[in-house]
This record gives sequence, C-alpha cells and structure tokens, in this order.
Amino acid sequence: MGNLSIFPPRGSAFAGQVDLLYTFLLVVSAIMMVLIFGCIFIFAVKYRRRPGAPPPPQHHGSMLLEAVWSTIPFLVMLVMFVWGAKLYFDSATPPANTLDLYVTGKQWMWKVEYPGGQREINEIHVPTGTPVKVTLASEDVIHSFFIPAFRVKHDVVPGHYEIAWFQATKPGRYHLFCAEYCGADHSKMGGWVNVMSPADYEVWLSGGERGGSMVDQGAKLFSQYGCVTCHVLDAKGRCPSLRNMFGHPVQLDDGRTVMADEAYVRESILDPNAKIVKGYERNVMPVFQGQISEEGLLQLIVFVKSLSQPPEQPVPTKGPPVTAKGSPK
Amino acid sequence: MNITFEQPKIKESPNYLNIRYGWRSWLLTTDHKRIALLYLFSITAFFMIGGAFAVGMRLNLTSPNGLLFSPETYNKLFTMHGIIMIFFFLIPSIPAVLGNFLIPLMIGARDLAFPRINLLSWYLYIIGGIVAVAAVASGGVDTGWTFYAPFSTTYSNTHVIMTAVAVFVAGFSSILTGLNFIVTIHKMRAPGMTWFRLPLFVWSHYATSIIQVLGTPVVAITIVLLGLERLFHAGIFDPKLGGDPILFQHLFWFYSHPAVYIMILPGMGVISELVTCFSHKTVFGYGFVAFSSVAIAVLSFLVWGHHLFVSGQSMYAGLIFSLLSFMVAVPSAIKVFNWTATMYRGSISYDTPMLYAFGFIGLFTIGGLTGLFLATVAIDVHVTDTYFVVAHFHYTMVGGMVMAYLGGIHFWFPKITGRMYPEGWARFAALVVFVGFNLTFFPQFILGYLGMPRRYATYAPEFQSLNVLSSAGASILGVGYLIPMIYLAWAWNRGPRAPANPWGAKGLEWEKSPSPPPTFNFDEMPVVTENAYNYGAAPGATEAHG
Repeated sequence: MGNLSIFPPRGSAFAGQVDLLYTFLLVVSAIMMVLIFGCIFIFAVKYRRRPGAPPPPQHHGSMLLEAVWSTIPFLVMLVMFVWGAKLYFDSATPPANTLDLYVTGKQWMWKVEYPGGQREINEIHVPTGTPVKVTLASEDVIHSFFIPAFRVKHDVVPGHYEIAWFQATKPGRYHLFCAEYCGADHSKMGGWVNVMSPADYEVWLSGGERGGSMVDQGAKLFSQYGCVTCHVLDAKGRCPSLRNMFGHPVQLDDGRTVMADEAYVRESILDPNAKIVKGYERNVMPVFQGQISEEGLLQLIVFVKSLSQPPEQPVPTKGPPVTAKGSPK
Repeated sequence: MNITFEQPKIKESPNYLNIRYGWRSWLLTTDHKRIALLYLFSITAFFMIGGAFAVGMRLNLTSPNGLLFSPETYNKLFTMHGIIMIFFFLIPSIPAVLGNFLIPLMIGARDLAFPRINLLSWYLYIIGGIVAVAAVASGGVDTGWTFYAPFSTTYSNTHVIMTAVAVFVAGFSSILTGLNFIVTIHKMRAPGMTWFRLPLFVWSHYATSIIQVLGTPVVAITIVLLGLERLFHAGIFDPKLGGDPILFQHLFWFYSHPAVYIMILPGMGVISELVTCFSHKTVFGYGFVAFSSVAIAVLSFLVWGHHLFVSGQSMYAGLIFSLLSFMVAVPSAIKVFNWTATMYRGSISYDTPMLYAFGFIGLFTIGGLTGLFLATVAIDVHVTDTYFVVAHFHYTMVGGMVMAYLGGIHFWFPKITGRMYPEGWARFAALVVFVGFNLTFFPQFILGYLGMPRRYATYAPEFQSLNVLSSAGASILGVGYLIPMIYLAWAWNRGPRAPANPWGAKGLEWEKSPSPPPTFNFDEMPVVTENAYNYGAAPGATEAHG
C-alpha cells in the first residue's frame, strides 16, 4: 500500500531486463493508441453529420495504405518477438555451477529441500550473486512456481521435472505464489523467498537441524528399498550399475539411445519396464509407482547423480555447506 | 431504393411476430427470426446468471481475506462465471441471435438452409444450459472453465461430469449453427449476391462458422477423454496412471484458442456494418477486411501453444507459437485501421450503435495491444496466470464482443421489433458501460504486472486498493448493463413505430424488407445489382468515385 509503482520489486537483474522490454511495449502501445484514438476523435468531430450537407465522397481503399499498415506493425512486432525470445531463452537455460534447490508442490504448500538436507515449508532462502536452479516436482495437481520479484514463473507438473532459475541481486523478502489454479486453498499456497547476502546465507545454512544431506538420504533410501542388491555399484549385477550412468547416453534393448537425465531416472524407478537397458532382462525390478514420495524420488535422483561426479559439480558427500561456496559465477 | 412502409392505423401488416401466437408457434418454429429471439431471451438469462457470479466475485475481492465467501465457494463462482459466460453467452451471442436473424435477410434468402436443424441447435443449447444450471444448483463445480487435468479428473470433488456434459451438448449446438451458416452462405444467396458483394457481417460469420465446425469437435473429444479418465481412470492425463497432463492442455487449447475468435469475429462483423452506416461511407478496403476474417480463422488454429509457455512445453515450440501469435495480430490490426479510414471524410452521426462502435474500437485496440505483451514470451512468463491475462481477455471479449453485441442489438432493434428505442437513455447507457468497463478492468492490468495471480479467493494486502477500484467499476458496469434491459423491454411494446430503414442504411435487410420482416423475409425475391455499402449511390447522393 502506498506504493504507486506499476512495477513489482526487482530482486534480480533479469527483472530489470523484463521491465525494460515491458516498457518498450508500453511505449509502442501508447503510440498506437494515440494514433488510432487521435484519428477517430478528429474524424468524429471534424466529419460529424451536418444536416443538409452533401453526401460524403466514397473511398474504396488503397493498396499502398494497406501495405504500410500491415508491414510496419509487423516489423515492430518482430522486434518484440526477437527481444522476448532472447530473454526467454536466457530464462530457460540455467548456467553451469548453480546452487540447486528441490521444490515439491502439493495441495497447498511448497516443500523446499536443499542439497545439504535442510528442509522448509513455504520459505526459501537464497544468497545474492549465485544462480539458483530450482527443480520442480508436484505430488498431486499442476501448480505454478511464481516469484514476481524475479519475473520467474514455471508450472509444476505432476509426472514431470521442470526447471526454473534465477540469480538474486537484492536482499529482501519477496512473494512466492502459486499461479496455476490447484483447488480450494490455491490462493493461500504462497510463501516467501528470503534473499540474503552470501555471508548471512552461510550463517543461515549452518543453523537448524537436519537429517543428513540429500545424497545421504538418497543413499539411505537406496538400501532401504533394496535397490543396492541388484544395482551393484562396482560389479555386474542383475541390474545395470549406476556408477557414471547419470548424464551419459544409455543403450536400450530396442536399439534406441536415451540420455540418462532426471526424467529418465524417475521413469526407471516408477515404471522400470518402460525402458530396458541393453543386455538386461525385463520384469526384474518391481514397479515403484505410488510407493515413493516425490521428495524421496528427488533424494534418490540426487544420490544417483552423485555417483556420476560430473567434473563441473563436485558432489558433497557429507553435510553442508554445499555448492554455494566455491562456485561463484 | 428505400421502401417507405406506411403503418396501417388499425391493424399491423402481417410480419414474423404477429403472424401466429401461442407457445407452439414459438417452441416449434423453424423461422430463423423467431429462433433468433429464442436465443436472445435464453442468452440474456444466462448473461444474468453469469453476471450474478461476477458480482459475487467482485464483492468478495474487496477484502484481501475474502469479504463474503469461503475459498471453495469463490472457486465455484469464477468457474461457473467462466463456463456460463463463455459457452452459454459469448459463443452463441452474436452468431445465434444476430447471425441467425440477419444472415438470410442480408443474403436475400427466405430462411437458413436447414431450418429444423436450426431449431434443433437451440434445443441442444437449452438442454446444455439446463444441465449446467442443474450442476450449479446441485453444488457447482470448481475446476475453472479450463478443466485442467489432473485436478478435474482426479482431485476435484464437485460436479465435473455434469458440467462437462453441459458443455459437450452445447458444443453440438455451436457445430450445427456453424454448419447451417456455411451451407446457407454457399447455397442460398440471392441472384446477383456474389461473394464480394456480401456484407462483411456475413464474411465474419463465415469465418466464425469454419472455426465452430472444425474446432468444436476437438473440445467434444477432449471432454469425452476427461470423462473416461474421471469415471474409469483411463490413464490419459493423470501421470499416476501413465498419462500426461500437458496433453490435456494441448487438446483443450486447440479448440479454446480458436474459440476466442468465435467470440470476437462476429463482433468485428457487426462493427464493420455500424461504422459504414453511421459514416455513410463504403467500407475502406472491403477485400482486406473480408479476408482478414478468414486469415484470423486459419491462424487461430496455429497459436494454441501460447497458452503453454510456462507449462513445460519445449522451449523451441514456445518460440514458434510466439511468432505465430504475433502474426494473428496483423489481420486484427488491419481491421482497426480500415474502420478508422472508413470514417475519414465521412458523415458521422453519434447514434447509440456508433457510440458502441467507438467503444469497441477503443477497447478492442487495448485488448489487441495487450495481446502483444502476451505473445512476447519473456513478458508472458511473468504475466500469464495473473490478472493481466484476465484484463486482456475481458478487453477483447467483453470490451469487444459485448460492446459489439449491444451495438448490434440497438442497430437492428428497429428491424427485429419494428420499434425505436429511446435514444437519450441508450446513449447514456453506452457511456455508463464504457466508463464502468474501463474502471473495472484497467486496474487489473496493473494488478497483473504487479504479480497478483488470477483465481485467487484471497490476496496479499498490497493489492487491495486496485481491487476495490475494480469492484467499484464493476458496480457501474452492472448498472450500465441493466439500463438497456429495462428500456429495450419497454420500447419493444411502447416504442415509436420504426420505418423499414430508420438509419438510411444499405443492405437487403434494410432496403428490401419491412420492419419487422414478414415470415419469409421478402415479398419478392431480391435481385442484387450493386456492391455492399454503396453509400455513394444512396438516394440523392452523388458518387465521388468508383
């Protein structure tokens, strides 16, 4: 209240870029409105019907005018398209070396988990200056992860992993909304994003209780569900070894090759027979559809990821602090 | 040629209204004009119902915590508002009332090609409407008019199936109306009424009909799949059953984006008629205005993906849909420019229909320009699913279509009823509607960019002042809609008798048929010898060129 700006707070550099593009469109719209409404107003006054006046001259059209008023707006629109597409492309491709968060939406709350094992509900803490990649999962219906201050929004779709990312620049407390209608308390499915200076963030990270990092929890689930008996890590088992599997292409028995990404691992846990690795048998692994929570799945995926050790992302094997430190942009 | 129609003092001459009385003569009629009136009264009833839901919503939103209703109730209000207004008011509004009444009159036919199918389509509409009202009466539905899965298929505990049946049945009404128009326009034109002599109202209905016939079956299939999923857990949309919720969105918007053009193209057709008549000018760029309708109809099928920019659709698909969405703006812009050019050096009168036409052009231009914001992907990411979108589509559909509908109702009121409406009241109401509309919906653009999501029963306190402003505007808008209902109902019985052509308009319905027209429209088969809007050749007029 009392704030008469037409812009929400800008918590990231990207927000400023979107606002600039928005301002460009506002200016173009204003020009168009002045032109059209101005013409109509002038014509309506100047050529108002006068009793006894001769009937007006008739104009059937002008190819030149049609060409001009089709082409010029289209060219202006192309500028909007390219500019908007460029920003969208940036917003859809996170940089390397991100701080990774895992957010699960369910009716009607946001559950947040950090690689170090910290968990929160409806609160997110991030440092300034580090790109943050959020992996989004849903336990039930479609939600949408919306942080107006970052001009970031992405639907959270059950059965999919979606990615949103941002890099906060200004410490503050910003709204987190659910933007996709999700049932009774949709409007209350909100929370706060707390942007802190890196030093404050370190302090925040080290406080509070936790039950081990996501990798540790994933490892625990990995043995708890008995995965470890068949997916022997460093020898040939009944199921493929998961060592160095994530992020690499996988040969399937039907001749296809797929990339082992989050979606592949998820599908292989929930519906193992959907894709069988070449040289392995069908129906060996039980179907886990409905058996593991979305958060458990994310922990397992982080664990499987950790077995691959991609060079650019050292995997913390024990506790926090995590990637935030030592991976500045 | 102007037919001046002297009204006998004692007995009205026979027309479609006084030829027969009694409920059978209405409920079993095959006269396109009587069916148009059946639609007129039924869609007015649904407009009142849908409007009542809007009143409830705007009242609730005056307080950040929700003034009156629980979130569950609020969710049902916006859902039923959307479903009633879209499927039972906007889609049938201009086509089923004015299109039904006017297309045969404008092309010089005695009736539509399939008069019984025309009656059937009204009955389907009414059956759909009754089922929808029954769904409301038995507790309502809370999925949003978009029925997104898996919420609608698995999680909602409300009357999803009953509402879906209502939409499914009403869809067939829309398909049959479209089919009837296409055949009529192809086969029933009077001698001399070539394609390029057709009034632009007919062209825009032709384009609309193509969308109705090609698009509506897709939403019917989508609704069937939704029903299979909800009742039998078919596993089409719910990921827990092996389905994909994004598939629902593709199917739904493949119909529902073209459907927004069902909800605006007929309005554009009305505006083309109004601007020429009240400027006494032939339309500027007839061919461009006519073909822009067809271009919009074709392009409308290629832009559905712009509803999925943040849904997890491929980024590259998003870019293509963005570009295509900009392209559909071009034919819309062409129309606005041509209407403006039509007024140039015209003889412009400020009768009520023209006031609505001014209002339409203003509001539709704002609606169209804000469409560019939504086609720009990076901006859409921020404003999609916020009040910006709500404001945008109300500017096009309510600011556009409803203004055109009211303008058209006033313009053809003398033809439909044989009476004139009170001009002073009508101008006043048009002004109230315009002011109320802008006060209601303009603040919502600002709210949306500030980040207030749509479909929120409660909201953050900083959004309150703009919401209160919007609700205040809505109360003015509501009054603006009530005034015409009152004076038009009065004028229907008590208004002064209208001559055949009170506006000095061109067109067969004005020049060759009395007000109101006889059952078979024309006393003798009209023969067309001139282009549409030949205002240069009006009686006493001298032609400047062409």
